[in-house]
Amino acid sequence: MQHEFILDARGLTRTYASGDVQVQALRGVDLALEPGSFTAIMGPSGCGKSTLLHLLGGLDRPTGGEIHLTGRRVDGLSEAKWSVLRRREIGFVFQFFNLIGNLTAADNVELPALLVGTSHGEARRRCQGLLDELGIGDKAGTIPARLSGGQQQRVALARALVNRPTLLLADEPTGNLDSESARDVLALLQRLHEGGQTILLVTHDARVASNADRVITMRDGLIIDDTRLSESGDSSELLSRLIRLEV
Amino acid sequence: MRNTLLALLAEGTAHGYELKQAIEQTFGDAWPPLNIGQIYTTLGRLERDGFVSSAHVAQAGRPDKRVYELTEAGREEVRDWLEEPVTGPRLKDEFFTKLVLARLPGVASLNGGTDARALIARQRRDYLQSMRDLNGLLLRQQRNGGDQTTAALLIEGAILHLEADLKWLDVCEQRLT
Repeated sequence: MQHEFILDARGLTRTYASGDVQVQALRGVDLALEPGSFTAIMGPSGCGKSTLLHLLGGLDRPTGGEIHLTGRRVDGLSEAKWSVLRRREIGFVFQFFNLIGNLTAADNVELPALLVGTSHGEARRRCQGLLDELGIGDKAGTIPARLSGGQQQRVALARALVNRPTLLLADEPTGNLDSESARDVLALLQRLHEGGQTILLVTHDARVASNADRVITMRDGLIIDDTRLSESGDSSELLSRLIRLEV
Repeated sequence: MRNTLLALLAEGTAHGYELKQAIEQTFGDAWPPLNIGQIYTTLGRLERDGFVSSAHVAQAGRPDKRVYELTEAGREEVRDWLEEPVTGPRLKDEFFTKLVLARLPGVASLNGGTDARALIARQRRDYLQSMRDLNGLLLRQQRNGGDQTTAALLIEGAILHLEADLKWLDVCEQRLT
Protein backbone atom coordinates (compact mmCIF):
# COMPACT_ATOMS: atom_id res chain seq x y z
CA MET A 1 0.00 0.00 0.00
CA GLN A 2 1.26 3.45 -0.92
CA HIS A 3 1.13 5.92 1.94
CA GLU A 4 0.93 9.65 1.66
CA PHE A 5 3.69 9.99 4.23
CA ILE A 6 6.52 7.63 5.10
CA LEU A 7 6.64 9.28 8.46
CA ASP A 8 4.11 11.51 10.15
CA ALA A 9 4.84 12.93 13.60
CA ARG A 10 2.41 15.18 15.40
CA GLY A 11 2.82 17.31 18.49
CA LEU A 12 5.98 15.58 19.64
CA THR A 13 7.31 16.64 23.02
CA ARG A 14 10.15 15.31 25.08
CA THR A 15 10.90 16.46 28.59
CA TYR A 16 13.88 15.30 30.62
CA ALA A 17 14.33 15.57 34.32
CA SER A 18 17.72 17.09 35.07
CA GLY A 19 18.02 17.08 38.84
CA ASP A 20 15.00 19.06 40.04
CA VAL A 21 14.66 20.87 36.72
CA GLN A 22 12.47 19.77 33.83
CA VAL A 23 14.23 20.32 30.52
CA GLN A 24 11.97 20.61 27.50
CA ALA A 25 14.07 19.22 24.66
CA LEU A 26 11.12 19.17 22.26
CA ARG A 27 8.16 21.49 22.71
CA GLY A 28 5.67 20.35 20.09
CA VAL A 29 7.01 19.31 16.71
CA ASP A 30 4.99 18.29 13.64
CA LEU A 31 6.86 16.65 10.80
CA ALA A 32 5.65 14.69 7.78
CA LEU A 33 8.01 13.11 5.25
CA GLU A 34 6.86 12.21 1.75
CA PRO A 35 8.10 9.01 0.12
CA GLY A 36 11.43 9.54 -1.60
CA SER A 37 12.05 12.92 0.03
CA PHE A 38 15.44 14.11 1.24
CA THR A 39 15.04 16.37 4.26
CA ALA A 40 17.59 18.04 6.50
CA ILE A 41 16.98 19.29 10.02
CA MET A 42 19.37 22.08 10.84
CA GLY A 43 20.06 23.85 14.09
CA PRO A 44 22.71 24.49 16.73
CA SER A 45 23.54 21.91 19.37
CA GLY A 46 20.85 21.74 21.98
CA CYS A 47 18.03 22.77 19.63
CA GLY A 48 16.43 19.34 19.88
CA LYS A 49 17.28 18.01 16.44
CA SER A 50 19.04 14.86 17.63
CA THR A 51 16.32 14.24 20.21
CA LEU A 52 13.78 14.42 17.39
CA LEU A 53 15.76 11.99 15.26
CA HIS A 54 16.06 9.56 18.16
CA LEU A 55 12.31 9.69 18.79
CA LEU A 56 11.56 9.10 15.11
CA GLY A 57 13.91 6.14 15.03
CA GLY A 58 12.58 4.64 18.25
CA LEU A 59 15.85 5.10 20.15
CA ASP A 60 13.98 7.25 22.67
CA ARG A 61 10.30 7.64 23.60
CA PRO A 62 8.30 10.88 23.35
CA THR A 63 6.72 12.49 26.40
CA GLY A 64 3.75 13.40 24.24
CA GLY A 65 2.55 13.27 20.64
CA GLU A 66 2.19 10.63 17.95
CA ILE A 67 4.47 8.98 15.43
CA HIS A 68 3.10 7.18 12.39
CA LEU A 69 5.41 5.12 10.22
CA THR A 70 3.91 4.23 6.82
CA GLY A 71 0.47 4.78 8.23
CA ARG A 72 0.95 2.72 11.39
CA ARG A 73 1.06 4.33 14.81
CA VAL A 74 4.33 3.34 16.46
CA ASP A 75 4.99 5.68 19.38
CA GLY A 76 3.38 3.34 21.90
CA LEU A 77 5.16 0.17 20.77
CA SER A 78 7.06 -1.95 23.25
CA GLU A 79 10.85 -2.00 23.14
CA ALA A 80 10.76 -5.48 21.60
CA LYS A 81 8.45 -4.38 18.79
CA TRP A 82 10.49 -1.23 18.22
CA SER A 83 13.68 -3.21 17.87
CA VAL A 84 12.10 -5.37 15.17
CA LEU A 85 10.78 -2.26 13.45
CA ARG A 86 14.15 -0.53 13.63
CA ARG A 87 15.89 -3.48 12.02
CA ARG A 88 13.39 -3.83 9.20
CA GLU A 89 12.21 -0.33 8.47
CA ILE A 90 14.80 2.18 9.64
CA GLY A 91 18.45 2.56 8.73
CA PHE A 92 20.70 4.61 11.02
CA VAL A 93 23.95 6.38 10.28
CA PHE A 94 25.74 8.16 13.12
CA GLN A 95 28.56 10.64 13.43
CA PHE A 96 30.89 8.09 15.02
CA PHE A 97 30.05 5.18 12.67
CA ASN A 98 29.31 2.77 15.59
CA LEU A 99 30.73 -0.26 13.79
CA ILE A 100 31.57 -3.43 15.69
CA GLY A 101 35.35 -3.31 15.98
CA ASN A 102 36.18 -7.01 15.88
CA LEU A 103 33.96 -7.81 12.89
CA THR A 104 35.03 -7.29 9.28
CA ALA A 105 33.27 -4.67 7.14
CA ALA A 106 31.21 -7.43 5.49
CA ASP A 107 30.21 -9.00 8.82
CA ASN A 108 29.12 -5.59 10.13
CA VAL A 109 26.92 -5.11 7.08
CA GLU A 110 25.50 -8.63 7.04
CA LEU A 111 24.63 -8.79 10.74
CA PRO A 112 21.34 -6.82 10.60
CA ALA A 113 20.26 -8.87 7.57
CA LEU A 114 20.94 -12.14 9.41
CA LEU A 115 19.10 -10.83 12.49
CA VAL A 116 15.87 -10.49 10.49
CA GLY A 117 16.22 -14.00 9.10
CA THR A 118 17.79 -13.34 5.71
CA SER A 119 19.73 -16.37 4.46
CA HIS A 120 23.54 -16.25 4.62
CA GLY A 121 23.81 -16.37 0.85
CA GLU A 122 21.34 -13.54 0.33
CA ALA A 123 22.93 -11.44 3.11
CA ARG A 124 26.35 -11.91 1.52
CA ARG A 125 25.05 -11.05 -1.92
CA ARG A 126 23.34 -7.86 -0.74
CA CYS A 127 26.35 -6.86 1.34
CA GLN A 128 28.80 -7.23 -1.53
CA GLY A 129 26.41 -5.37 -3.85
CA LEU A 130 26.22 -2.45 -1.41
CA LEU A 131 29.95 -2.34 -0.69
CA ASP A 132 30.61 -2.33 -4.44
CA GLU A 133 28.07 0.40 -4.99
CA LEU A 134 29.64 2.52 -2.25
CA GLY A 135 33.09 2.06 -3.74
CA ILE A 136 34.60 -0.15 -1.00
CA GLY A 137 34.01 -3.59 -2.52
CA ASP A 138 37.65 -4.48 -1.90
CA LYS A 139 37.37 -3.74 1.84
CA ALA A 140 34.85 -6.50 2.69
CA GLY A 141 37.38 -8.51 4.72
CA THR A 142 38.91 -5.54 6.56
CA ILE A 143 38.18 -4.63 10.19
CA PRO A 144 36.98 -1.05 10.88
CA ALA A 145 40.21 0.05 12.61
CA ARG A 146 42.07 -0.44 9.33
CA LEU A 147 39.65 1.75 7.38
CA SER A 148 39.69 5.53 7.02
CA GLY A 149 36.83 7.56 8.51
CA GLY A 150 35.24 7.95 5.11
CA GLN A 151 35.44 4.20 4.44
CA GLN A 152 34.01 3.40 7.89
CA GLN A 153 31.07 5.70 7.22
CA ARG A 154 30.47 3.90 3.91
CA VAL A 155 30.42 0.58 5.75
CA ALA A 156 27.95 2.11 8.23
CA LEU A 157 25.86 3.31 5.29
CA ALA A 158 25.87 -0.18 3.74
CA ARG A 159 24.83 -1.64 7.11
CA ALA A 160 22.01 0.90 7.37
CA LEU A 161 20.76 -0.05 3.90
CA VAL A 162 21.13 -3.83 3.97
CA ASN A 163 17.52 -4.45 5.05
CA ARG A 164 16.23 -1.96 2.47
CA PRO A 165 14.81 0.42 5.06
CA THR A 166 11.77 2.57 4.44
CA LEU A 167 13.56 5.47 6.06
CA LEU A 168 17.25 6.33 6.38
CA LEU A 169 18.10 8.49 9.40
CA ALA A 170 21.50 10.18 9.47
CA ASP A 171 22.78 12.05 12.52
CA GLU A 172 25.68 14.37 11.54
CA PRO A 173 26.97 11.72 9.11
CA THR A 174 29.83 13.94 7.97
CA GLY A 175 30.59 15.46 11.38
CA ASN A 176 33.67 13.35 11.91
CA LEU A 177 35.03 13.31 8.36
CA ASP A 178 37.59 15.40 6.48
CA SER A 179 36.11 17.61 3.79
CA GLU A 180 36.80 15.25 0.90
CA SER A 181 35.27 12.20 2.61
CA ALA A 182 32.35 14.37 3.69
CA ARG A 183 31.75 15.35 0.09
CA ASP A 184 31.87 11.69 -0.99
CA VAL A 185 29.38 10.63 1.68
CA LEU A 186 27.04 13.47 0.72
CA ALA A 187 27.32 12.48 -2.94
CA LEU A 188 26.39 8.91 -1.95
CA LEU A 189 23.35 10.15 -0.02
CA GLN A 190 22.38 12.13 -3.09
CA ARG A 191 22.62 9.02 -5.23
CA LEU A 192 20.53 7.00 -2.78
CA HIS A 193 17.97 9.78 -2.85
CA GLU A 194 17.92 9.69 -6.65
CA GLY A 195 17.29 5.96 -6.33
CA GLY A 196 14.14 6.71 -4.31
CA GLN A 197 15.43 6.32 -0.73
CA THR A 198 13.65 8.52 1.82
CA ILE A 199 16.31 10.28 3.90
CA LEU A 200 16.17 12.43 7.02
CA LEU A 201 19.47 14.04 7.92
CA VAL A 202 20.33 16.06 11.01
CA THR A 203 23.17 18.57 10.98
CA HIS A 204 24.37 21.85 12.45
CA ASP A 205 26.10 22.61 9.15
CA ALA A 206 24.19 24.67 6.56
CA ARG A 207 26.45 23.49 3.78
CA VAL A 208 25.57 19.87 4.54
CA ALA A 209 21.88 20.71 4.97
CA SER A 210 21.72 22.42 1.59
CA ASN A 211 22.23 19.04 -0.09
CA ALA A 212 18.67 18.14 0.89
CA ASP A 213 15.57 19.21 -1.03
CA ARG A 214 13.91 20.46 2.11
CA VAL A 215 15.55 22.20 5.06
CA ILE A 216 13.88 22.48 8.44
CA THR A 217 15.38 24.89 10.95
CA MET A 218 15.04 24.18 14.68
CA ARG A 219 15.60 26.36 17.74
CA ASP A 220 14.89 25.63 21.40
CA GLY A 221 12.85 22.50 20.77
CA LEU A 222 10.68 23.99 18.03
CA ILE A 223 10.65 24.09 14.25
CA ILE A 224 11.05 27.75 13.28
CA ASP A 225 11.28 27.35 9.52
CA ASP A 226 10.63 24.78 6.83
CA THR A 227 11.70 25.49 3.28
CA ARG A 228 12.05 23.60 0.01
CA LEU A 229 15.12 24.20 -2.09
CA SER A 230 14.95 24.05 -5.86
CA GLU A 231 17.36 22.57 -8.35
CA SER A 232 20.09 24.91 -9.45
CA GLY A 233 19.90 26.45 -12.89
CA ASP A 234 22.45 27.23 -15.56
CA SER A 235 26.08 27.35 -14.39
CA SER A 236 27.24 30.56 -15.98
CA GLU A 237 24.12 32.42 -14.88
CA LEU A 238 24.72 31.21 -11.30
CA LEU A 239 28.38 32.11 -11.40
CA SER A 240 27.64 35.61 -12.52
CA ARG A 241 24.81 36.07 -10.02
CA LEU A 242 26.42 34.52 -6.96
CA ILE A 243 30.11 35.20 -7.13
CA ARG A 244 30.70 38.20 -9.29
CA LEU A 245 33.77 40.06 -8.11
CA GLU A 246 33.41 43.64 -6.98
CA VAL A 247 35.92 45.55 -9.09
CA MET B 1 40.45 47.64 -12.51
CA ARG B 2 43.44 49.96 -12.16
CA ASN B 3 45.63 47.48 -10.29
CA THR B 4 44.51 44.56 -12.42
CA LEU B 5 45.62 46.38 -15.58
CA LEU B 6 48.94 47.33 -14.02
CA ALA B 7 49.54 43.73 -12.90
CA LEU B 8 48.67 42.31 -16.32
CA LEU B 9 51.04 44.78 -17.98
CA ALA B 10 53.83 43.31 -15.83
CA GLU B 11 53.38 40.24 -18.06
CA GLY B 12 54.45 42.29 -21.08
CA THR B 13 53.33 45.13 -23.31
CA ALA B 14 49.77 44.97 -24.56
CA HIS B 15 47.14 47.03 -26.28
CA GLY B 16 43.70 47.66 -24.81
CA TYR B 17 41.89 44.80 -26.46
CA GLU B 18 44.58 42.30 -25.43
CA LEU B 19 44.18 43.44 -21.82
CA LYS B 20 40.44 42.86 -22.05
CA GLN B 21 41.07 39.32 -23.29
CA ALA B 22 43.66 38.71 -20.59
CA ILE B 23 41.18 39.66 -17.86
CA GLU B 24 38.53 37.40 -19.37
CA GLN B 25 40.93 34.48 -19.59
CA THR B 26 42.25 34.95 -16.07
CA PHE B 27 38.97 35.48 -14.22
CA GLY B 28 36.38 33.86 -16.46
CA ASP B 29 32.74 34.49 -15.63
CA ALA B 30 33.57 35.85 -12.21
CA TRP B 31 34.57 39.22 -13.66
CA PRO B 32 31.65 41.51 -14.48
CA PRO B 33 31.10 42.17 -18.21
CA LEU B 34 33.98 44.30 -19.45
CA ASN B 35 33.58 47.52 -21.30
CA ILE B 36 36.52 48.32 -23.56
CA GLY B 37 35.90 52.04 -23.07
CA GLN B 38 36.44 51.62 -19.33
CA ILE B 39 39.79 49.96 -20.03
CA TYR B 40 40.94 52.82 -22.26
CA THR B 41 39.83 55.43 -19.73
CA THR B 42 41.78 53.66 -16.98
CA LEU B 43 44.86 53.29 -19.19
CA GLY B 44 44.65 57.03 -19.95
CA ARG B 45 44.67 57.87 -16.25
CA LEU B 46 47.54 55.47 -15.58
CA GLU B 47 49.55 57.13 -18.33
CA ARG B 48 48.77 60.60 -16.96
CA ASP B 49 50.00 59.45 -13.52
CA GLY B 50 53.21 58.09 -15.03
CA PHE B 51 52.60 54.39 -14.31
CA VAL B 52 52.41 53.34 -17.95
CA SER B 53 53.73 54.72 -21.22
CA SER B 54 52.28 54.13 -24.64
CA ALA B 55 53.49 54.06 -28.22
CA HIS B 56 51.74 54.00 -31.58
CA VAL B 57 52.42 50.91 -33.62
CA ALA B 58 51.63 51.08 -37.31
CA GLN B 59 49.62 48.16 -38.69
CA ALA B 60 49.48 47.29 -42.40
CA GLY B 61 46.04 48.09 -43.79
CA ARG B 62 44.56 48.89 -40.36
CA PRO B 63 44.58 51.90 -38.06
CA ASP B 64 47.57 52.30 -35.71
CA LYS B 65 47.23 50.64 -32.37
CA ARG B 66 48.39 52.05 -29.08
CA VAL B 67 50.56 49.66 -27.10
CA TYR B 68 51.04 50.13 -23.36
CA GLU B 69 54.04 49.35 -21.23
CA LEU B 70 54.72 49.57 -17.48
CA THR B 71 57.10 52.33 -16.40
CA GLU B 72 59.49 51.91 -13.47
CA ALA B 73 56.96 53.81 -11.31
CA GLY B 74 54.30 51.37 -12.55
CA ARG B 75 56.39 48.36 -11.54
CA GLU B 76 56.90 49.93 -8.12
CA GLU B 77 53.13 50.50 -7.87
CA VAL B 78 52.38 46.81 -8.61
CA ARG B 79 54.98 45.69 -6.04
CA ASP B 80 53.45 47.96 -3.37
CA TRP B 81 49.95 46.77 -4.21
CA LEU B 82 50.94 43.10 -3.95
CA GLU B 83 52.72 43.59 -0.66
CA GLU B 84 49.96 45.59 1.00
CA PRO B 85 47.32 43.43 2.76
CA VAL B 86 43.76 44.26 1.79
CA THR B 87 42.16 45.92 4.78
CA GLY B 88 38.96 44.38 6.03
CA PRO B 89 36.37 43.42 7.09
CA ARG B 90 34.26 44.28 4.08
CA LEU B 91 30.66 44.10 5.12
CA LYS B 92 28.43 45.25 2.33
CA ASP B 93 25.08 43.97 3.38
CA GLU B 94 21.76 45.38 2.33
CA PHE B 95 19.98 42.95 4.61
CA PHE B 96 21.47 44.69 7.63
CA THR B 97 20.01 48.01 6.50
CA LYS B 98 16.68 46.30 5.96
CA LEU B 99 16.70 44.70 9.38
CA VAL B 100 17.52 47.96 11.14
CA LEU B 101 15.01 50.05 9.22
CA ALA B 102 12.22 47.47 9.52
CA ARG B 103 12.27 48.06 13.26
CA LEU B 104 11.19 51.69 12.88
CA PRO B 105 7.45 51.91 13.62
CA GLY B 106 6.53 53.81 10.45
CA VAL B 107 8.44 51.36 8.22
CA ALA B 108 7.02 48.38 10.09
CA SER B 109 3.45 49.61 9.53
CA LEU B 110 4.04 49.64 5.76
CA ASN B 111 4.34 45.87 5.56
CA GLY B 112 1.82 44.97 8.24
CA GLY B 113 4.38 44.93 11.02
CA THR B 114 6.50 42.02 9.75
CA ASP B 115 8.76 41.15 12.64
CA ALA B 116 12.50 40.64 12.52
CA ARG B 117 11.99 36.89 12.84
CA ALA B 118 10.09 36.75 9.53
CA LEU B 119 12.69 38.90 7.77
CA ILE B 120 15.45 36.67 9.07
CA ALA B 121 13.62 33.48 8.07
CA ARG B 122 13.14 34.74 4.51
CA GLN B 123 16.77 35.74 4.28
CA ARG B 124 17.87 32.35 5.62
CA ARG B 125 15.84 30.62 2.88
CA ASP B 126 17.53 32.70 0.24
CA TYR B 127 20.99 31.95 1.66
CA LEU B 128 20.24 28.22 1.83
CA GLN B 129 19.17 28.20 -1.80
CA SER B 130 22.36 30.07 -2.73
CA MET B 131 24.35 27.53 -0.72
CA ARG B 132 22.74 24.72 -2.68
CA ASP B 133 23.42 26.51 -5.97
CA LEU B 134 27.07 27.08 -5.09
CA ASN B 135 27.52 23.47 -3.98
CA GLY B 136 26.02 22.37 -7.27
CA LEU B 137 28.37 24.64 -9.19
CA LEU B 138 31.37 23.26 -7.36
CA LEU B 139 30.26 19.69 -8.04
CA ARG B 140 29.81 20.39 -11.74
CA GLN B 141 33.23 22.04 -11.85
CA GLN B 142 34.79 18.92 -10.36
CA ARG B 143 32.92 16.59 -12.69
CA ASN B 144 33.95 18.59 -15.74
CA GLY B 145 37.61 18.32 -14.68
CA GLY B 146 40.21 20.51 -16.36
CA ASP B 147 41.94 23.46 -14.75
CA GLN B 148 39.15 25.21 -12.88
CA THR B 149 41.24 26.32 -9.93
CA THR B 150 40.36 30.01 -10.13
CA ALA B 151 36.61 29.43 -10.37
CA ALA B 152 36.65 26.69 -7.69
CA LEU B 153 38.50 28.97 -5.26
CA LEU B 154 35.99 31.74 -5.84
CA ILE B 155 33.05 29.40 -5.27
CA GLU B 156 34.68 28.04 -2.10
CA GLY B 157 35.12 31.63 -0.93
CA ALA B 158 31.51 32.47 -1.68
CA ILE B 159 30.34 29.40 0.28
CA LEU B 160 32.43 30.38 3.30
CA HIS B 161 30.99 33.90 3.16
CA LEU B 162 27.49 32.43 3.06
CA GLU B 163 28.25 30.27 6.08
CA ALA B 164 29.27 33.40 7.94
CA ASP B 165 26.14 35.22 6.75
CA LEU B 166 23.98 32.37 8.05
CA LYS B 167 25.71 32.40 11.42
CA TRP B 168 25.29 36.13 11.59
CA LEU B 169 21.54 35.73 10.92
CA ASP B 170 21.42 33.44 13.97
CA VAL B 171 23.10 36.12 16.05
CA CYS B 172 20.65 38.76 14.80
CA GLU B 173 17.79 36.44 15.64
CA GLN B 174 19.03 35.83 19.17
CA ARG B 175 19.55 39.51 19.88
CA LEU B 176 16.52 41.01 18.17
CA THR B 177 13.69 38.53 18.71
